[in-house]
Amino acid sequence: MKVSKEEILHIANLANLEINENEIDKYCKNLEEILDFADIVNKAPVEEMNITIGANQEKNVFRKDEIEVFEDNEMLMQNAPAKSRNMFEIPKVL
Amino acid sequence: MDITNLTVHELMEKLQNKDLTSTEITKAYINKIDKKEEDVKAFVTLLKEEALKQAEQIDKKRENKEIESNVAGIPIGIKDNICTKGVKTTCSSHMLENFISPYDATVMEKINNENLINLGKLNMDEFAMGGSTEYSYFKKTSNPWNLNKVPGGSSGGSAAAVASNMVPWALGSDTGGSIRQPASFCGVVGLKPTYGLVSRYGLVAFASSLDQIGPITKDVEDSAILLNLITGHDKKDSTSANIEKKDYTLNLKNNIKGKKIGVPKEFLGEGINKEVKENIEKAIERYKNLGAEIVDISLDIANYSLATYYIIACAEASSNLGRFDGIRYGYRTKEFKDLKDLYKKSRSEGFGEEVKRRIILGTYVLSSGYYDAYYKKAQQVRTLVMKEFKKAFDKCDVILTPTAPTVAFDIGSKTNNPLEMYLADIYTVSVNVAGLPGISIPCGVDKEGMPIGMQLIGNKFEEDKILNLAYAFEQDMKFREKYKPEFKK
Amino acid sequence: MSDYEVVIGLEVHAELSTKTKIFCSCPTSFGSEPNTQVCPVCMGMPGTLPVLNEKVVEYAVKAGLATNCGISKDSKNDRKNYFYPDTPRAYQITQDDKPLCENGYIEIDTNEGKKKVRILRIHIEDDAGKLNHDELRGGSLVDLNRAGVPLIEIVSEPDLRSAKEVEEYLRKLKSILEYIEVSDCKMEEGSLRADVNVSVRKIGTKEFGTRTEMKNMNSFRSIVRAIEYESNRQIEVLENGGKIYQETLRWDEVSGKTFSMRNKEDAQDYRYFPEPDLVAIKLSDEYIENIKNNLPELPESRKQRYLEECKLSEKDANIISSSKYLADLFEQASKICNNYKAVNNWIISDISRILNEKEMEPKDIPFTSKELANLVILIDKGTISSSIGKKVLDELFENPRNPEEIIKEKGWIQISDEKAIKEIVLNILEANPQSIADFKAGKDRALGFLVGQAMKQTKGKANPKMLNEMFLEELKNR
Repeated sequence: MKVSKEEILHIANLANLEINENEIDKYCKNLEEILDFADIVNKAPVEEMNITIGANQEKNVFRKDEIEVFEDNEMLMQNAPAKSRNMFEIPKVL
Repeated sequence: MDITNLTVHELMEKLQNKDLTSTEITKAYINKIDKKEEDVKAFVTLLKEEALKQAEQIDKKRENKEIESNVAGIPIGIKDNICTKGVKTTCSSHMLENFISPYDATVMEKINNENLINLGKLNMDEFAMGGSTEYSYFKKTSNPWNLNKVPGGSSGGSAAAVASNMVPWALGSDTGGSIRQPASFCGVVGLKPTYGLVSRYGLVAFASSLDQIGPITKDVEDSAILLNLITGHDKKDSTSANIEKKDYTLNLKNNIKGKKIGVPKEFLGEGINKEVKENIEKAIERYKNLGAEIVDISLDIANYSLATYYIIACAEASSNLGRFDGIRYGYRTKEFKDLKDLYKKSRSEGFGEEVKRRIILGTYVLSSGYYDAYYKKAQQVRTLVMKEFKKAFDKCDVILTPTAPTVAFDIGSKTNNPLEMYLADIYTVSVNVAGLPGISIPCGVDKEGMPIGMQLIGNKFEEDKILNLAYAFEQDMKFREKYKPEFKK
Repeated sequence: MSDYEVVIGLEVHAELSTKTKIFCSCPTSFGSEPNTQVCPVCMGMPGTLPVLNEKVVEYAVKAGLATNCGISKDSKNDRKNYFYPDTPRAYQITQDDKPLCENGYIEIDTNEGKKKVRILRIHIEDDAGKLNHDELRGGSLVDLNRAGVPLIEIVSEPDLRSAKEVEEYLRKLKSILEYIEVSDCKMEEGSLRADVNVSVRKIGTKEFGTRTEMKNMNSFRSIVRAIEYESNRQIEVLENGGKIYQETLRWDEVSGKTFSMRNKEDAQDYRYFPEPDLVAIKLSDEYIENIKNNLPELPESRKQRYLEECKLSEKDANIISSSKYLADLFEQASKICNNYKAVNNWIISDISRILNEKEMEPKDIPFTSKELANLVILIDKGTISSSIGKKVLDELFENPRNPEEIIKEKGWIQISDEKAIKEIVLNILEANPQSIADFKAGKDRALGFLVGQAMKQTKGKANPKMLNEMFLEELKNR
């Protein structure tokens, strides 16, 4: 599976990661190797087989519509790198 | 008597008979940490003072008969991806270096309710991604049997701390072998429970459909005791199993006559280290002598499972780790020109190389054009793996395999080859893909004295069966009496 | 221009009126201090997990049944991955290929008669937080109170052909959602908003034109204006040989124009995949039947009843049935006072007028159906005149209480005492000899004038019927 430089950069952009120019080749090579290995799933005898999302096969796990207030509100904000008026501060967005 | 050499069930007896107090036990462990941590480097956060204070309080309460439980006042170590309210939870990442969780994981609530004492948070591969604990942002943990070797991973800190007697037991997490493989490398007992048996609420997610929290202990009985403490249905985790709670200590018997142990020949073929194979074969002989019936089975899924595992785990991780964006918590880059720049720099500087590699792989397999070829196929293979296991369990009670193809390797020997590192998970990942329970117990050492682990896989929610067979083996082999970590330099 | 036709499809987001959020137990109420209705789950703290609110499923199924959808018995949640500061987990939990409801329709009235607007699907998902502008430092501030409020997204087929049809569709949809009480549909609070997809094509062509999308529109007026502007813009572009690009546009209310928001660098790829933290939703026939059997009567059926049983005019029946609040008011008040014609008149004329003047929604009507019924009864009994009735209604809007109390307090009780009326009549006649002469000369209008004078003097309190009779009698005798 050939992975191009453009593809790696596109994927990294989707994931909001920066890849330095000198790392691109390494990432491409790693990804190609791993994808070549992972390609074995395409040889598995799974035609027409259902997908499995999780190991838990339960269904209809619901919560009652009842209010519970989280008491430690201050602790929710204490890790914020930047805040103002009890809101998280970020660069201007439209 | 070295208190720290006792198992938890022995400590519990001493507490009950008032031979020891919680303070004495806690002090003994702190002393051991003071001696060994410098070499082993298992902790990210140490809570010595807090632990001592808590121990004193518990002793007082026990004296006043306010506490009856014998497990109260026993210290424990917690893998640093399990959220602890008011105490840093770093996932061994620069990203969460200063993160303090505003809430306790469900397992922590249980641990606290039992009055266990949190001695500290244990090192791991960053966000549990790795098999050697070398991908921790903070430090590389050493294997107590040989300090130049890795302890395994990702729960390397947990396994090394238990093996070096710095904690009596610990919690780890296992997504593809992260409890069992380090337990195998460090000569201790590691149990990955059935998916859904232990609540994941508060476990910082790596791969949601594969992650489970489980015990790392000195012996099988301790494993059953700790499992008893952390299981139970949790309304906060939709994937938590709503089943009756079992007492896992009830089935710890020596008699295993007539129990059927399946041995899949595919797990003893290519790629396995010779000494590992020999020891597994010896273990099989031992089981025969104990009266178990050995059944040859075929389970030709290891390679499919491994590929499926990496596709699913990385896909889920790429999504789970999106929340680390430098806005509400975690690392934020110092300089940025706009929002996109803030995102990109914070994430690129906050995450280590292996984490980024997996996010990229996961993003790739989910991206348009590749979803069907990788992710969807992997989910179909998941169905296949489950079916194959189901067939296998028609023929046997448990399945026996090596835990890892090798013993612990030298620090630095594999970090340059990610794929090789991934291939080392070949025997453990199927269990996560199928959501089954698996335990690793020591079954011997190689020529250099490094421990070798054996894995027992059970059918869903049949932890009692694998604990029973592990217990009988352990009682017969007496690994802990024969071998001890030597902290070789 | 007129050989083009406009094609519009809508994605309507309605916030569900559950007490708690979709995946955690935080309250959903509107207007609290920033980041006070939050918990580790809706803040996307590491390690937290979602648990689905059962009411969300129930409400979505209700909405599906009320819009003639099929209900899926095998449904699930999916993650939609994208980075934005109002989305704390960096993914929205929504539904991709297995929505709860599919293939429904709503009937709307158009100039050409009834029209079915098909509904492709209804699915559940979580709302995002809010970004506020930071006046002080020029940045933005994130408030996550709204993050995790449950939404249903109702996706229509591109069946709408004009801004008017869109408005009709939205009004109908809004009224249905209000009737089944799953959303309060407060557009001004953003609890009902629409993404509008617009394209144009030459009449007679089969293929759709390229569409543009305007997101998060939350008033009928701007939706209508935006569609008119955007369709004209597209036609103009095509007529001038240009090309329409599929893109998201921003509607600017002030300039009345749409603007491109396109940022080419950020081509989206949402990487949908099944949410592994949640389990499958598999609804039984019993579950669906039970909801179906408990659905309230819908607007269309009420309208038919009003036409047939109450003989209301088509227009009146439409107005009253369009709002559950008006319809309930109508039915309940009529039942108490036993005079649906009067209640109908009050609703259609004075109440509608006041709602309009005050820019209020029917559900904001402050008085009860019993109070309205009592007003009607007071008039029917002759205790007050209908002109006093209007003043009572004004008072009901201002400070709602029992009309009897109002008229007592204000001294508005009608004068129906024969002696008192006679005295008034004699007074007025004495002061207006010219009117007597006019009446005698055959000018009937003079009677009206005299009655008017008497009403004026009594500030509308005199019983007009008695006045009339007594004036006639007195005039005859002179």
